Amino acid sequence: MSNVMSDGLNRPVPFPAFVLDKICLGMPAKTYAKSLLTKTNAIYAAILAIGLPTLAYRYWKGMGAVSNLSQTNPWGIWVGINIICGIALAAGGYTVAATVYVFGLEQYRPILRPAILTGFLGYVCAISGLIVELGQPWRLPYQLFLTPGTTAVMFEVGMCAFAYLIVLGLEMLPAGLEWLGLARARRIMGTLTIGIVVLGITLSTLHQASLGAFFLMVPGKLHPLWYSPYLHVFFFISSISAGIGMIIFESTVSRRAFRDELDPEAPVDLDALQLGLAKGGAVVLFATFFIRLQGLVVSGRWDLLFTGWGAWFALELVGFILLPSLLFAFAVRTQSVTLTRAAAVMAVLGVVLNRINVSLIAYNWNVPASDRYVPSMGEIVLTILLLTCGVLAFRWIVNRMPVLREHPDWRGSH
Amino acid sequence: MTLNRRNLFRIAGAAGAATVAGRALSSAMTPGAPKTTANAVLVDTTRCVGCRACEAACSEANQLAEPEKPGDAAVFASRRRTGPTSFTVVNKSTEKSPNGEDRYAKMQCMHCVSPACASGCVVGALEKTPAGPVVYHAGQCIGCRYCMIACPFSVPKYEYAKAAPLVKKCTFCAERQGQGLPPACTEACPSGALLFGKRADLLEEARTRIYQNPTRYTHEIYGEDEAGGTSWLYLSDVPFTSLALPGEIEKRSYPELAEGALSAVPLVATLWPPLLMGLYTFSKRRHDVAEEGNGRKGDGHE
Repeated sequence: MSNVMSDGLNRPVPFPAFVLDKICLGMPAKTYAKSLLTKTNAIYAAILAIGLPTLAYRYWKGMGAVSNLSQTNPWGIWVGINIICGIALAAGGYTVAATVYVFGLEQYRPILRPAILTGFLGYVCAISGLIVELGQPWRLPYQLFLTPGTTAVMFEVGMCAFAYLIVLGLEMLPAGLEWLGLARARRIMGTLTIGIVVLGITLSTLHQASLGAFFLMVPGKLHPLWYSPYLHVFFFISSISAGIGMIIFESTVSRRAFRDELDPEAPVDLDALQLGLAKGGAVVLFATFFIRLQGLVVSGRWDLLFTGWGAWFALELVGFILLPSLLFAFAVRTQSVTLTRAAAVMAVLGVVLNRINVSLIAYNWNVPASDRYVPSMGEIVLTILLLTCGVLAFRWIVNRMPVLREHPDWRGSH
Repeated sequence: MTLNRRNLFRIAGAAGAATVAGRALSSAMTPGAPKTTANAVLVDTTRCVGCRACEAACSEANQLAEPEKPGDAAVFASRRRTGPTSFTVVNKSTEKSPNGEDRYAKMQCMHCVSPACASGCVVGALEKTPAGPVVYHAGQCIGCRYCMIACPFSVPKYEYAKAAPLVKKCTFCAERQGQGLPPACTEACPSGALLFGKRADLLEEARTRIYQNPTRYTHEIYGEDEAGGTSWLYLSDVPFTSLALPGEIEKRSYPELAEGALSAVPLVATLWPPLLMGLYTFSKRRHDVAEEGNGRKGDGHE
């Protein structure tokens, strides 16, 4: 496949042929279309076949027709999972960018582009989640600028997330330029890298924290074990463990799924990289555990630990923060990559659990059972639809652009 | 990377951009209406007879559907909440008064002095007006429903059944107030339970009633400090929560709760870029020295 890429760079190809060549992976269009008929694609097609009409129905009849959202529960999984979890799980991009560029740990460069691509698509998914979740999404593009609510936490999240989406796009751009063979533009982008990276980390710090700040105003509605005046700090630090966990998870999965895309000439010792990340994961999760405990010290509500909610809270803190931290540490000691990957999955699940607890489960904890929120089929279908679109986009890009491997013409030129 | 002119510009540029962003984000919190001169209503629940004339007047003034089961006491069987087509509802107390009578209280938007909904609205669709009402600019709303999340009284309601839905809540009859008229509900109240006036005067009035009938009233005015103060104030001789008024409301303004996090924004936005650029410079330098060392084996450091 790599010869296709260099074709575009070395000799001029007439425009339509050039485009077809790039899109059909260098195959004739018919062969390419046939290659799409796989079992996996059948599943994706089924999801789209159910999801897209549901989406249309949601616009036609209003969100009440497909969701269980109510006057008591204005936010459901579209916010709780697609946006609040989605943004945290997309934190791998800024985590690795900081590791490679700011802390100068060059050995992690091979996992930089996949992490940034995952991040980019995570944000695209989260922001397109808004199209489903907002009551009048068509007003979003202009209203945010016409009458900005500058005192709102959401304004800060929106502006930073939007700016960061552009930053991620810029961070991904070199891969696209290499794919299209635009050498000059690629060189110019290279000189801007560090500025873009620094901007990206700053924006990430701000809006990852501010996602937690959404819930600073709901002390009465959020269970006291989860409510804390430091929610924004909790959300920021947990985004780092989500980032580390996601990088380990995602690099393992893409190695399996896109084996053909790996560069045989430049083998990457993924195991060693993942063990290195495990070290970072152990430290960050250990710190997270104590920062979360600090929240309990501040509220002083130790009595609540001995309730059903307390057990659930303890499960989150011990089972999905402390335990993966210790597992990471143990994995480093024993040089066990399998254990590292298990701990990574737990760390990611821990962040998801925390976000779902804060936004859905421990929120409205004190309303009558009949008023509690349970997602509807329609909500689940549209959530899966958005995730599927993200996976499809990831696959489309990885199969074409130099993400998992270096472009032969640009090897080592970063 | 050495600190030559180009790199200095890069650092300065990043820091400058962040400062501008920080300034835009750090502008002041929603200026609340003056706590004293704004309009308010005093609800004396000991005078309310549960006739629900306020509900009917509200429906008429806001062109809403007629209240459920008009004139039927059976409506009080379950706890009622406001909705997209009912901006105010009367509830019967779960406790009888000391002299054995039923007590009632109407619920509606409290029109907080410093409202969580307005401070949290991403497009400024909710606004605290100096006259007192918290008004909703329907044309600006994108429908994120954060106002519903943030409101400690769970007042804003949403039109889930509509394809282009809006938030609905009591307007405090802002339009009527603008014409010098009292809110429709206060005008309709036949028992004198609703008193419309300036907030400062009504607080005086409420205290006077408590002082003159010290054994009758609970010695507390619901709304004086709740959520940092509300435009709707309640007097009662039964616990306020038994009247379906939300308990566990913080006695400070809700926007204050997010202030710490918001004020950290400009700080992070200005400190992070130079800090990160500094770290980058150090690690780059270390990297360059290491490379140099590899090139000239045994040369050590300068």
